[in-house]
Amino acid sequence: MTDRLLPAGFAELEPFAGTWCLATETERYARRMASSMEEMRTFYDAFFPRLEEAVAHCDTFPLDALPEDARRLLQLVYSLVMVSMSIEIFHQPKAVDAADAEIERVREPVP
Amino acid sequence: MARWPKPAEGSWTEHYPEIGTGLISFEDSVSPEFYELEREAIFRRAWLNVGRVEQLPRKGSYFTKEVRVARTSVVVVRDGGGGVRAFFNVCRHRGNKLVWDEFPGEETSGFCRQFTCKYHGWRYGLDGALNFVQQEGEFFDLDKEDFGLVPVHCEVWAGFIFVNLAREPEQSLHDFLGPMVTALDGYPFDKMTEWYVFRADNRSNWKIFADAFQEYYHVPALHPQQVPIEVRTPGSGFECAHFQLDGPHRVVSTGGARRWTLPPEYMYPIERATRSGLVGPWESPEIGEPPPGLNPGRIDPWGIDNFQIFPNLEILIYRGWYLLYRYWPTSHNTHHFEAMLCFQPATTVQERVEHEVAAVVFKEFALQDAGMLTGTQTALESGVLDRFPLNDQEVLVRHFHKVVADWVADYQKNHAEV
Repeated sequence: MTDRLLPAGFAELEPFAGTWCLATETERYARRMASSMEEMRTFYDAFFPRLEEAVAHCDTFPLDALPEDARRLLQLVYSLVMVSMSIEIFHQPKAVDAADAEIERVREPVP
Repeated sequence: MARWPKPAEGSWTEHYPEIGTGLISFEDSVSPEFYELEREAIFRRAWLNVGRVEQLPRKGSYFTKEVRVARTSVVVVRDGGGGVRAFFNVCRHRGNKLVWDEFPGEETSGFCRQFTCKYHGWRYGLDGALNFVQQEGEFFDLDKEDFGLVPVHCEVWAGFIFVNLAREPEQSLHDFLGPMVTALDGYPFDKMTEWYVFRADNRSNWKIFADAFQEYYHVPALHPQQVPIEVRTPGSGFECAHFQLDGPHRVVSTGGARRWTLPPEYMYPIERATRSGLVGPWESPEIGEPPPGLNPGRIDPWGIDNFQIFPNLEILIYRGWYLLYRYWPTSHNTHHFEAMLCFQPATTVQERVEHEVAAVVFKEFALQDAGMLTGTQTALESGVLDRFPLNDQEVLVRHFHKVVADWVADYQKNHAEV
């Protein structure tokens, strides 16, 4: 039990938690750029059908008092949003025609 | 495609005859000599937005702003009386940069009771007064009264902090902003305090990037992915609903059916699942009666207003949130880009996720705009072409370059007379 990262109802997503529970957009974007489409597709297919459920679970707690496992589940939601850009929209890791452009997120709300 | 009525003259461009309809030059974006002129003619004359009052929550809160194009740094502070002041970020003793953290060239922010110079320990109050000189008795007739920090003209409009680097500004901030912009007075920017802040260093002239955000003509070609491929119409255009000019400032409004009222196939699955996406959350908390300056063309259904406030500020007002850009020149062919998405604070995870989706989608398409820049800049610098056609959807690009040219010409004229 001690090494469970996500809420009990989301046990099948545990294999992704080590990779995709990332606190900042900078980390999530870097992970996306370092991932293959196959890796992202596997994560997306496993999690997307449960996205709304995951948000609903987190929303059983106050936003500013999420338990650790729900906080990590929210980070996983953020990573799914990140990965969906590659899977749904661009069909490649980086935005099409973004060339070598980089835009850094330097401030964001927590969690 | 929706057709929006144009002014009686037949086009938005001809509605403003002073801007003409001819070919235009982008020499102003490739010339190092022109950049040298912009330093004085624009960035040391115009009011510049350096931040928001929310960045100064209490007495002693401060932030620094590097204005490299004007070769200066400014420190902005909430003083003891609760007012907002700005000073040149220079110690009066030996000219050292007064406020910095790890590296002198990087901006910083924080809270203090006084500013202490790292070099010899001179201390200044939040009002800029020189309060302490180390070994004061070793100096010769030094009157601390005469050595306070050098003030920078600083005024606040709608919570936006502006500075003017001129010795004496030619206009007050209110007069500079003019009636079109100040008609936004009362818009609750102060409620939109949940910020996603971005920055980038781009390899193009500052105006070239601003150009990409003041016309939507490029959207179908550069951003085809904004429409899911199943419902994408090859060859479709983009027409804006309203354009308006006022002095050096501009606004464009979009209109038409809101994305989320379209059939579901017009949205990506992540948008449908999170109720947010390309144009932000589908719903935001009510903000009451809008000020008269919002949606100045009274477009229905209204999309967004995109205000271009001269010289380098852009505020895009969506339903219940806003997006802000600043373009800070760093050389004739580079600039520092700042962007902020500002939402009313989320009270639930659902709302927070909606904001995150909007912030992620924003970056994707801004990366496409930024990706173009190096190519535009280098191609312009090749000098193969020197005259370019602009259409009516690009009227704001035409106006922007005209205003820049006018400000430079005006400065040169006055300078020559002096």
